[in-house]
Amino acid sequence: MPTSDPPPLVIEAGQIERNYWRDLWRYRELTGFLAWRDIKVRYKQAVLGISWAVIQPAVQTILLTFVFGKLAKMPAGDVPYPLIVLCGLLPWQLFTSAFNGAGSSLVGNSSLISKIYFPRLVVPISTLAVALVDFGIMLALAIPLVIIFVGSLGWQLLFLPLFVLLALVIALGAGLWITALTVRFRDFRFITPFIVQIGMFVTPVGYRTDFLPNWRDLLALNPLAGVVDGVRWSLLAGRTDIYLPGLAMSVTTAVILMLTGVWYFRRTERQFADII
Amino acid sequence: MSQPAIEVSGLSKRYVIQHESQHDNLRDTMHHSARKLWRRLRWGTGFEKEEFWALSDVSFGVQPGEIVGIIGRNGAGKSTLLKLLSRITEPTQGKIKLRGRVASLLEVGTGFHPELSGRENIFLNGAILGMSRAEIKTKFDEIVAFAEVEKFLDTPVKRYSSGMYVRLAFAVAAHLEPEILIVDEVLAVGDQQFQRKCLGKMESIAQENGRTVLFVSHNLNAVRQLTTKCVYLSHGKVEFMGPTPLALDNYASSYSRDTPSGNGRHASIIEAHLIDENGLRLPAHQGAPVMWIEVIVETDGTNLSSIECMLTDMDGTQLGLYSPGHFTSWRFPATRGRWQCRLPMSVPPLSSGNYGLDICTTIHGKGPDHYLPNAVIIESSSLVNFPSKWDLRKEYASGHFILDAGDPKLSPLTKQPGSQTP
Repeated sequence: MPTSDPPPLVIEAGQIERNYWRDLWRYRELTGFLAWRDIKVRYKQAVLGISWAVIQPAVQTILLTFVFGKLAKMPAGDVPYPLIVLCGLLPWQLFTSAFNGAGSSLVGNSSLISKIYFPRLVVPISTLAVALVDFGIMLALAIPLVIIFVGSLGWQLLFLPLFVLLALVIALGAGLWITALTVRFRDFRFITPFIVQIGMFVTPVGYRTDFLPNWRDLLALNPLAGVVDGVRWSLLAGRTDIYLPGLAMSVTTAVILMLTGVWYFRRTERQFADII
Repeated sequence: MSQPAIEVSGLSKRYVIQHESQHDNLRDTMHHSARKLWRRLRWGTGFEKEEFWALSDVSFGVQPGEIVGIIGRNGAGKSTLLKLLSRITEPTQGKIKLRGRVASLLEVGTGFHPELSGRENIFLNGAILGMSRAEIKTKFDEIVAFAEVEKFLDTPVKRYSSGMYVRLAFAVAAHLEPEILIVDEVLAVGDQQFQRKCLGKMESIAQENGRTVLFVSHNLNAVRQLTTKCVYLSHGKVEFMGPTPLALDNYASSYSRDTPSGNGRHASIIEAHLIDENGLRLPAHQGAPVMWIEVIVETDGTNLSSIECMLTDMDGTQLGLYSPGHFTSWRFPATRGRWQCRLPMSVPPLSSGNYGLDICTTIHGKGPDHYLPNAVIIESSSLVNFPSKWDLRKEYASGHFILDAGDPKLSPLTKQPGSQTP
């Protein structure tokens, strides 16, 4: 036993924990374990297992190509239309999966929250891993398709991690709001699918924005538009344009979402165990 | 003396009951806020909320290396106290100072995932309880051996029997090495043998390593065996704090203040106590073959009223019934009056400890009229029964009764010289 006593831990009413961020770092192993648990459990007892990570986007690609490419006759430029859709679906799937995961994380782990102490931010953060794994699988399949049908990859690919990060920041920022609100108001469980459904259309998943100059600025209000544009640009080696003012807007919105999300989460965190 | 490991001062926790139930969904909240706003505008006051103080002004200290029990009845605030100590919820008022790493075990198997194997769950649960991966690795074999689940390590725990599940969960928790361990009612599960093993483990945690243990249980025997000091909580306040035997006595006597059921409209029990055969009050039952209880009953002349007693131990296990109404169709006289009844009960010699006697007046064909749970707390001391002054207690695993019908009768078996035993 240490002879020199460390300072005692003081628990008081209304006290803002000074060591919160250090605690969060100390609990990084738990974050890892929770992420690992979610990944392991995700496709357990499903006959098709991990191939679901591929089947869903494949079907969606076909569907969206049909709706936007064939029915709406949106222009594709010199890229096969399915690839436009696929490169849009990649970040969109990443976002929805991360957003849904983070949004439902607290209520889904209520037994932990009412029985054990840890910085509650661990829970929504750990859910991002599942989204990343699914994204990785899809990406590994999409890249050969791009090479086959478009020719080659470009230096733009180096920027892909930044766009992935941006998507995760948006998903986590929004997810923190939703998950903290769901603890008190279960209504948000019904609101989330709604947001995602609408988002699918106001985000340029099934169409490219560089052929819609009149709509670009309006679309840029949605932070995901910048992400989708960016991912498409980096995967298709610059064959689609990136709209920089839109991207700047997207980054700003993402940062605001994240900061306010953390603020609201931290503000309500202390009551989670009492009302969950 | 070193500084206390746990220092609690003026701790209170308030829950707002009414408010919360109205906040369940957004529509209600909007509705509620609108009404509140309307009221404010009209009368200048807000809504009244119903408050509930789960804990109020609780203070105590625990020295390093002590094992302290927390006892009290359901709703006394024990679990709230543990939740505050383990930082799950926040106090409304007051302060807690903790010196050392805290681990709390409020439930066995928190965070176990049914789909994962035993091996995976050991790591997951360990991490949730605050162990590092390296720490879990070094203790892995020990944990598996303690839980006795070697064969099923790679089976998903949803296929485990509930016993195996609990063993594994407790094993992980038992190998935590915090300076302060907070344990809630986890021994209510598992079989006798395993419970004993867990108690032993907790004892050794405190004794060998000088760690502080806070232990909540309704199992008074476990509390008696494990702890040296107790905090007795009642209605959110500290009713008593001190040596375990005294605290348990205090706790036991609270049972006699139990709220009665039935109104006693026809035959109400005024008082009851233990007496000897001559009617003198006795402080304790000392193993006499017949135990006498004196009960004062007031009747309104209703026909067919009688009386019943149930002897229980402090865990509520029923030990025996005294029911003259059933046994011999005995009734109170059908006239109004106050009666002194002396009830003789043949009681097998009981081991030392406290017992409760529920007393109930009944109306034949109608059921209980006035029911007093633990109307008399009977302290039995069997010390005097034996020339060798044995203290036979139930918690020493000697059971409720003393099964003594004399010494063994010996008769020598004469051996034939030279014969061989088969």
